[in-house]
Amino acid sequence: MKNNSRPLYMVPYYLWIVLFVIAPIVLIGYYSFLDLDGKFTLDNYQNYFSSVYLRLTLSSFWYAFLITFFSILIAYPTAYWLTKTKHKQLWLLLIIIPSWINLLLKTYAYIGIFGLYGPANKFLSMIGIGEQQILFTDFSFIFVSVYIFIPFMILPIFNSLDKLNPALIDASRDLGASSWMTFRKVVFPLAINGVKSGVQAVFIPALSLFVITRLIAGNKVITLGTAIEQQFLVTQNWGMGSTIAVFLILFMFIIMMATGQKDKGGAEHGKVK
Amino acid sequence: MGKLSKLGKVYLAAVFFILYAPIFYLIFYSFNSGGTMSSFDGFTLEHYAAVFNDTRLIIILMNTVIVALLSSLIATAIGVLGAIGIVFLRNRKMRNAMLSLNNILIVSPDVIIGASFLILFTMIGVKLGFASVLISHIAFSIPIVVIMVLPKLQEMSSNLIDAAADLGASKRDILTRVIIPYIKPGIFAGFFLALTYSLDDFAVTFFVTGNGFSTLSVEIYSMARAGITLTINALSALIFVVTLGLVVGYYFFNQRARTVGTGGQ
Repeated sequence: MKNNSRPLYMVPYYLWIVLFVIAPIVLIGYYSFLDLDGKFTLDNYQNYFSSVYLRLTLSSFWYAFLITFFSILIAYPTAYWLTKTKHKQLWLLLIIIPSWINLLLKTYAYIGIFGLYGPANKFLSMIGIGEQQILFTDFSFIFVSVYIFIPFMILPIFNSLDKLNPALIDASRDLGASSWMTFRKVVFPLAINGVKSGVQAVFIPALSLFVITRLIAGNKVITLGTAIEQQFLVTQNWGMGSTIAVFLILFMFIIMMATGQKDKGGAEHGKVK
Repeated sequence: MGKLSKLGKVYLAAVFFILYAPIFYLIFYSFNSGGTMSSFDGFTLEHYAAVFNDTRLIIILMNTVIVALLSSLIATAIGVLGAIGIVFLRNRKMRNAMLSLNNILIVSPDVIIGASFLILFTMIGVKLGFASVLISHIAFSIPIVVIMVLPKLQEMSSNLIDAAADLGASKRDILTRVIIPYIKPGIFAGFFLALTYSLDDFAVTFFVTGNGFSTLSVEIYSMARAGITLTINALSALIFVVTLGLVVGYYFFNQRARTVGTGGQ
């Protein structure tokens, strides 16, 4: 294998890189400058900075922020206590399994659960609140998204908490720190990388998924992903769709830079996306 | 570290309940003789019968399986060769660049992959349908295979290859008799992962599928958009069992990959 000629067996792989990694990005960039008739234009970008799309971007970010925030809130204690269970790996596997079940099915389950006659409403009327319209609200969208994303948040946090040297915690306690102090000054800073990986695994999909918005939120919530799907498949305005996609890619890079780290591998085992 | 407190136990129990309740809720109502997911009228298997009697659904199911098997096989072949190529690149910068390019499709959101592939296929004139879906699935599975195979290749001692070369093995022999057997567990893990990604994929397929061709997830999406049908529940119960089998299979190979890996050094 130590010759200077390009090995022939690499041809399919190089071909793949050129055709399916580089070309698609170039094409998205190219199409973002085309109008409906295929002529060169800057209108799409001008449109994007109009109030409609800016508001859409902002609200998409706000939803993604809320989803990520609640995911951390629920996932952190889960991961923390998981590290203290006896058969850690088994429990971890049980957390991972739901993440492998098709997203559509989990979302579909909530159409039933949050439905007008579903168990959620039965529970509400039982405790005296009465039936509510839960489906097609912001609440249902955020709840279902958090439900779907928590395994991806638990996993990296668990991995970084589990790697923590217990001696550090003992030392902190011996030196007189309370358990809250130990958590704040020792555990949390040392395991911050897990949170960062988790944010990466949740925030970007939260911006781009369109299944949950379509099925659970009706047309009330529009994320960047929903907008792209709409432009490409409903309105057939590929130019505008590509422009939004360009911005989504930009945001993705910014988020990855902001949460980037040398030590990768926080998300191993789980499915990304 | 301390032991699990009572509060911790209750909290974990609640999380596990919330994680699994919707899945079992779906499966439970797949046996409901009434047509809804809100009141259980009586036990029936009619929804399962409906799944197996629906020829259209069976054809879609077969499409899904064929696409998954074919795409993961082809992706595994290309990915394994690609990973070997990357490892033997002598230029470090070049190797890192290749790795970054490799990972782009893994981190990209599905909508972007779907939309850009749609543009690509329309431009080069691939008809939307079986071919476009298969090619897309191959394309997004290749980096996954590479990622799974690379660690095994990196831990392989180069002495093995030198020894084989010294003993007169040709390049082809080195590949088929030394490298491939050594990284086999990684190859299997990559294949399994590619398989599950393909079976699981909705968004990319949704963009490139066109009118005549459909896979299971696309079909489920259009059924779910129309409202509740207990056929979906029966389907999800079946899919749950298959997924569970695949995950267990994947973990089995992964575990073996690890033990073989440490034993080989």
